[in-house]
Amino acid sequence: MPQVLPVLNYQLAVADSPANFEETLAAHGLELRASTVETLQVNVGKLCNQACKHCHVDASPARTEIMTRDIVKLIIAALRRFRFPTLDITGGAPELNPSFRYLVAEARALGTKVVVRHNLTVMFEQGQGDLPDFFRDHEVEVVSSLPYFLEQQTDAQRGHGVFQKSIEALHRLNAVGYGGEGSGLVLNLVYNPVGAFLPPSQAAIEADFRRELLARYEVSFNHLYTITNMPIKRFLDYLRRSGNEERYMRKLVEAFNPGAVEGLMCRTLVSVDWTGRLYDCDFNQMLELGVAPELPQSIADFDASKFFSRRVMTGTHCFGCTAGAGSSCGGAVTNG
Amino acid sequence: MSYYEEQDLNRFSEIGKHRPDLFEKFMAWYQACQEDGALTRREKALIGLAVSHAVQCPYCIDSYSQSCLEAGSNMEQMTEAIHLASAIRGGASLIHGLQAHNSVNKVSM
Repeated sequence: MPQVLPVLNYQLAVADSPANFEETLAAHGLELRASTVETLQVNVGKLCNQACKHCHVDASPARTEIMTRDIVKLIIAALRRFRFPTLDITGGAPELNPSFRYLVAEARALGTKVVVRHNLTVMFEQGQGDLPDFFRDHEVEVVSSLPYFLEQQTDAQRGHGVFQKSIEALHRLNAVGYGGEGSGLVLNLVYNPVGAFLPPSQAAIEADFRRELLARYEVSFNHLYTITNMPIKRFLDYLRRSGNEERYMRKLVEAFNPGAVEGLMCRTLVSVDWTGRLYDCDFNQMLELGVAPELPQSIADFDASKFFSRRVMTGTHCFGCTAGAGSSCGGAVTNG
Repeated sequence: MSYYEEQDLNRFSEIGKHRPDLFEKFMAWYQACQEDGALTRREKALIGLAVSHAVQCPYCIDSYSQSCLEAGSNMEQMTEAIHLASAIRGGASLIHGLQAHNSVNKVSM
């Protein structure tokens, strides 16, 4: 019950704006439905070695929710049955789940492309020092958050000392071939605004990151994704504490871009939580807003044919993915 | 009540209540000026921030500070723009010292 309250509060906070997402879609003649199922995004738990201020998962070292080996086996069975082209593993810090390496190895053995949302600093936790080699050996695509190319902004969002550790981790990934031309080992970075504002043009900030990270730290990467901070959990708490909630929500609503809807990640992705429950995206997962009730609710009962053109469950937070150039786990969804 | 209210920035369109034709022309011009052109949005946002300080408009400072962040600028870059605007304002005052010199010289032996 408390999980749905923020959605209601958004509507109160911007009472004089057309802040109902479904109505806004309808006003533009749009309906949000999946177009296919390309990616199974698995959140293997909320345990993390960091506690970032913008985290929509509210992940931290204190969290105990973590996917068991039995649920991981159900994930692998679903991959085997339905041959998702991509498995996208997130958390928390997914590497802290004892079944993480098992899941990666089994998925790769099935020929599934594996993307891991790797926070860089987990590499310095006990027993994780060989992660660059593990990623390389399994040809994992690594996606890592680095909110800015300067220490002050990065540490302000992700915690004191995170920037220097992140740069060291990037050096280690570069050293085994990640981010290098022709290596085939993909290292993508993620930019999140360090505060209550929208991200810049992805192309423009990617060029800045590429120039500055190379010049200052000799770090290379493949692509930079810009992702909008979602008004959920810890970032919502920040918005409220700092008196920015109404202004930020107004910004998201007013920046609604109908052209972004076609590329939304919920149209091609199914999300699974640590218990095996199904969602349209990781944000809905954190709000406990499951897939439409007429659909199977658990990975154990997953049937791809029922998900291809399913209606997507929405809330006011969805304005976060349609603002400006749009936002997804793969960055901006338009060139705007 | 303060003469400047933060929420008034969101009420800007109320200016269009009288002579909406003029306001619409202004908005079309204003918005066209923000687009990428020979200058990038980021360059324009930094110019906007500098001018906002030169004209000392709190609404503009608020608005262009956000625009700069959303264009990917950082505080170092923004502060340099503010210093440049302030330095030009300072220089503009200082060069008028020649007017004073001229005035004094005119009546001095």
